[in-house]
Amino acid sequence: MRILVVEDDKETAGFIVKGLAEAGYVTEIAHDGKQGLVRAVGEDFDLAIVDRMLPGLDGLSLVETLRGAGKSTPVLFLSALGEVSERVKGLRGGGDDYLVKPFAFSELLARVEALLRRPAQSETPETALRVGDLELDLLARTATRAGQAIDLQPREFKLLECLMRHAPRVVTRTMLLEQVWDYHFDPQTNVIDVHVSRLRRKIDKDFAQPLLHTVRGSGYCLRASD
Amino acid sequence: MSVEPTSLLRSRVLRIALIYLCLFSASILVLVAIIYWTTTDSLSRQIDATIDAEIRGLAEQYQQRGPAGLVESIRRRSATNDPARGLYLLVDRSLTPLAGNLSRWPDEVPEPGGWVTFPLEFPDAEGGGINFGRARLFDLGEGLRLLVGHDIRERTRVSHLIRETLIWGIAAIIALTSIGGLLMSRSLLRDIERINATSREIMAGDLGQRIPVSGRDDEFDQLAANLNAMLDRIEQLLESMKQVSDNIAHDLRGPLTRLRSRLEVTLMEAKSDRDYRAAIESSIAEADHLLETFKALLSIARAESGAPSESFEPVDLAALMNDAGELFEPLAEQRGLALAVRIDQAVSLQGDRHLLFQAVSNLLDNAVKFAPEGSAIELRLSREGVEAALAVADRGPGIPVAERGRVVERFTRLESSRSTPGSGLGLALVAAVAALHGGRLALADNAPGLLACLRLPLSVDRAADPAAASSAIRERA
Repeated sequence: MRILVVEDDKETAGFIVKGLAEAGYVTEIAHDGKQGLVRAVGEDFDLAIVDRMLPGLDGLSLVETLRGAGKSTPVLFLSALGEVSERVKGLRGGGDDYLVKPFAFSELLARVEALLRRPAQSETPETALRVGDLELDLLARTATRAGQAIDLQPREFKLLECLMRHAPRVVTRTMLLEQVWDYHFDPQTNVIDVHVSRLRRKIDKDFAQPLLHTVRGSGYCLRASD
Repeated sequence: MSVEPTSLLRSRVLRIALIYLCLFSASILVLVAIIYWTTTDSLSRQIDATIDAEIRGLAEQYQQRGPAGLVESIRRRSATNDPARGLYLLVDRSLTPLAGNLSRWPDEVPEPGGWVTFPLEFPDAEGGGINFGRARLFDLGEGLRLLVGHDIRERTRVSHLIRETLIWGIAAIIALTSIGGLLMSRSLLRDIERINATSREIMAGDLGQRIPVSGRDDEFDQLAANLNAMLDRIEQLLESMKQVSDNIAHDLRGPLTRLRSRLEVTLMEAKSDRDYRAAIESSIAEADHLLETFKALLSIARAESGAPSESFEPVDLAALMNDAGELFEPLAEQRGLALAVRIDQAVSLQGDRHLLFQAVSNLLDNAVKFAPEGSAIELRLSREGVEAALAVADRGPGIPVAERGRVVERFTRLESSRSTPGSGLGLALVAAVAALHGGRLALADNAPGLLACLRLPLSVDRAADPAAASSAIRERA
């Protein structure tokens, strides 16, 4: 998995590269927009992390040009511009996700992993998700674990679906709020945690093997222990 | 960046005085010119009339007595010593004078009608010098030619007089207006300098200075009063900015110091990887808290400086309130609180749904934090006239009336809530979001408890000026 980091701030770039290397990714750095564009177009990366404001060529134009050149490399924008309108601009311009600075590295990592394992647009949409003995029927909107039906509220279903789609990767609280509730902001309190623990009670309570894990300092993940 | 006092020469007032001086002089000039033209014109007519009378007299003589009579008559008339006498000259074919008081026939070509104006040399006995004469020429036939005229000394004298008057008059006007202009400029400059001097003192750092008001209630007093009011406002803003930065310093310094000392102590005392790990984990938690505070500050800054229209879209407030209620319901239940959502009327407006949701979340968050166990929280949406009212009512301790204005300020945390976690930025963000939407945050007594209500105008024409709106909430909240 090769990741291109286009970031003019050397320290931020260094910290991202180090963290990603720790997580097992090969990263390349470009320090300005033009160099970034040349590399992104000329080489095949699995993901590009692009700062919105770059010397030479700004991040948004870079991604627009990249898309214009027919490249579909997933792009994660990093930006100090956090207004919703900026986020919308970034995503419309061809970005796949948008992370506002300052961010926690765990948040970045969770989003990087989510983008990397995003399935290539499959023609036949998935009808079921499975983690361990937990199964989610997306058509009938039902959940079962080891054959036992689990009664879920619509929002709990969406929450579980989101966690299962990302499994076994970490999903942060902010990502959950964005993907399950469709609101962009940082939940200050533990509202999300309470929803997750309700869900946990429903799927893990009667079983010896817990599936839903809390990752300290990051978020949650669904994983069948091996 | 201090600006030197205006020198008198560069003063606008002096420039205006000079412009007035020019206009005034020009109008005097026009006036005098009119007088000049009319006077000289009437003098000219008078002279022409006199000449015509002479001609009539001589013509009579000529008709009755022929050329001899004419010559005699001319001689008689020329002989008088009267300085106002006419000019006469009768010449023959070869222009040799036959009679009259001119020495030679003028060379000037006559105008139509026979009129001619020509230079005239005066005998020393009459003051000498060259003057002009005006005369009419006649061809009498048989080679005889006659000139009858008059000198125009009088007219020249009058025009000289008028010209002199004009020069002295304009000189006097220039002198008087210049002095007046200078005096006026100095008095105005004194008033302006009063304002400038105060501005310089303020720029030098003394923000408490105010421009003295003379009490005459003129334009300068009004200007001074307005400037003073502006300075009061700026001082207030600076004071609150200072308060904010003090608070930021206080709220960020605490966790930063803890973070630093924890790492330092770890470096000194940690013995095992386990110790390091624990220290790093708690440092990350501390850093997260800092990041959270920082993000909240950024959100407020964004909402306050926001360019509203860009991110605005139609927002279904009923759906938003239901979402908020649903998001907080498990948390409320965990704390033994009954959370109910009451939608009186479906309302939607143009807005930023993410920020509005965050604002409602912050209000709910406060309610959940402070409401006593077993009490009820109500989330209410209604339409009140031209406003949408998004209310969160709890049965908590409420906020004392005196504190209601203060709690929307950044980092204000009432003493009673110091033990509850939070950044102290929640209500400040709500107020900023309200202002961004042209509305306000109203805090009222829910008897008992707090009724926090976001009142947002439904119409699209939001308050164009976010600063005005934000000052409006401060006053009404």
